[in-house]
Amino acid sequence: MIHALKMFYTTVGRKMIMALTGLFLVTFLIEHLYGNLLLYKLDGGVAFNEYSEFLVSSLFIRVVEIALFAGFLIHIIDGIYLTLYNRRARKIRYEVEHVSGLGTWFSRNMGLTGAVIFFFLVVHLKSFFVPYRIFHTDTSLAYEVASAFRSNWYAALYVVSMVILGSHLNHGFQSAFHSLGFNNIKYMKPMKTLGTLFALIMMIGFASFPIMFYFDIFGVGTDILGH
Amino acid sequence: MSETINLKLKVWRQKNTSAKGRFEIYDMPGVSTHMSFLEMMDVLNDKLIRGGQEPVAFDHDCREGICGMCSMFINGRAHGPLRGTTACQLHMRHFQDGETITIEPWRANAFPVIRDLVVDRSAFDKIIQAGGFVSVNTGNAPDANSIPVEKHKAEESFDAAACIGCGACVASCKNSSAMLFLSAKVSQLALLPQGDPERKVRVLKMVQAHDEAGFGSCTNIGACEAKCPKNISIAHIARLNKEYLRASLARD
Repeated sequence: MIHALKMFYTTVGRKMIMALTGLFLVTFLIEHLYGNLLLYKLDGGVAFNEYSEFLVSSLFIRVVEIALFAGFLIHIIDGIYLTLYNRRARKIRYEVEHVSGLGTWFSRNMGLTGAVIFFFLVVHLKSFFVPYRIFHTDTSLAYEVASAFRSNWYAALYVVSMVILGSHLNHGFQSAFHSLGFNNIKYMKPMKTLGTLFALIMMIGFASFPIMFYFDIFGVGTDILGH
Repeated sequence: MSETINLKLKVWRQKNTSAKGRFEIYDMPGVSTHMSFLEMMDVLNDKLIRGGQEPVAFDHDCREGICGMCSMFINGRAHGPLRGTTACQLHMRHFQDGETITIEPWRANAFPVIRDLVVDRSAFDKIIQAGGFVSVNTGNAPDANSIPVEKHKAEESFDAAACIGCGACVASCKNSSAMLFLSAKVSQLALLPQGDPERKVRVLKMVQAHDEAGFGSCTNIGACEAKCPKNISIAHIARLNKEYLRASLARD
C-alpha cells in the first residue's frame, strides 16, 4: 500500500491525482445540478427545500461532505504545485511564440480558470452554504437563492463564473481520462467531443439558474418569492 | 514567385552555457527560395567567417529529416511553420520577402544551451538508458517470424518508433515536458512481445529518469503532437499513463 502511494510523487502520478480528484468533483457537479433542477418544479420551492433539508440532516452526506472538501483541497493544492513546477521547468522563455502550435486556450489556462472558479466558490459558499448549513437561517434555501439572483451583479457573477467553469471542464473532463490511461488513437476525437458536450451541459445547466431567476422566466422567481 | 528573397535574421547568440546570451540581427539579401533552412544558415555562416566573425553554432547531421539533430525554434515554432517537418527539410519558399525570422534554441532547463543554437539533449539519453531497451542474450539472430505480432500493434509500435529524439516536443510544451518522447519509447516496447518482460520496471524507471532530468509534467495540451516532425500522437502518452498505473499498482 505504501509502495503504491509512492506512485503519486512523480510527474505522471501528480497528474493522476488531478484526474482522480477532478473526476470526483465532476460527480459532485452532476449531483448539484440535479438538486438545482428541483427549483424549476414550480411548487413554491418545496421539493428543493426538502432535498436541501435531507442533505443537511443525512449522516452519510456529512461524510461525503468531508471527502468533497478534501477533494477540492487536494485538487487545488496539487494544481498550484504543478503549475509552479511546470513554470519553473523553463527559466528562460521564448522571445517569439506562434499561436498555431500552442494547443487550445482552454488547455493552456487551467490554472487561471481554476483560480476564477475558486474565487467563485468562496462567494458561493459564503452566500448559501455558510448561512444555511452552519448557522441554520430561518428562511428557506429556495427563498435565499431566488432573492439572491434578483441582484444584477450577483446574477452576472454567476453567469461569468459558469462560462469559466465550462472552459475548465472542456479541457479537464477528457484530460482526466487521458491522464488515467483511458484513451487511445481511436477514442481520442470522440473523447474530446464528449468533454466539450459535458462542459456545455454543465455550463448551460448551472448558468440557467441566475438567468431564469433574474428575468423571472416562466415565473420561477415569483413562484418561490411570491412577488 | 521570385527565386530569391531578402530576409532579416534575428539569431540567438550565446558564447557558452554560463554566458549571457542576446539576439543579433543579420541581413540576408538574395536568399534562394530553393535552399533549405540549414543551407541558408550555411550561407550566413560563410558570410560571417569571411567577415572575420564567429559563425552561428547549430546542430545538424543527416539533413534528410531522420537524424533528429536540428533543433531550431523558428518564428515561435519548433522546426518552423510546416507540420511534420524538421528544420533541414524546411525550404525558404515558405518565407516571405522582407520577413524577419527569429531563430532561438530549444528552451528548457533540462536542455541547457551549449553555444548559440546548440542545446545539450543528453537528458534524453538518460531517459533511454533508464529503460528504453530490451535485454536479450547475444547469439544467433532468432527467426524473424518466431514471435508473432498482431498487425495493428506492429503498426502502432512502428509509429511510436518513428521518434527521432529531436526534442521539439519539449521545446513546444508549455511545461517543458518530455512526455511525448518518453511515451513514444514506452509505447513502442509495450506493444511488442519483446518488450513485455520488462514493461513494469521500464516505465517506472523511465518516468523517474524523466523527472530527475528536470522536465515538467504533461497537461495534455497537445502542442508536442502539433510540432512533432514525425507526427507522433499523444495517444502514446495515454498508453504511458496506463502502463505507469499498471506497473505501480501491480508490481511484483
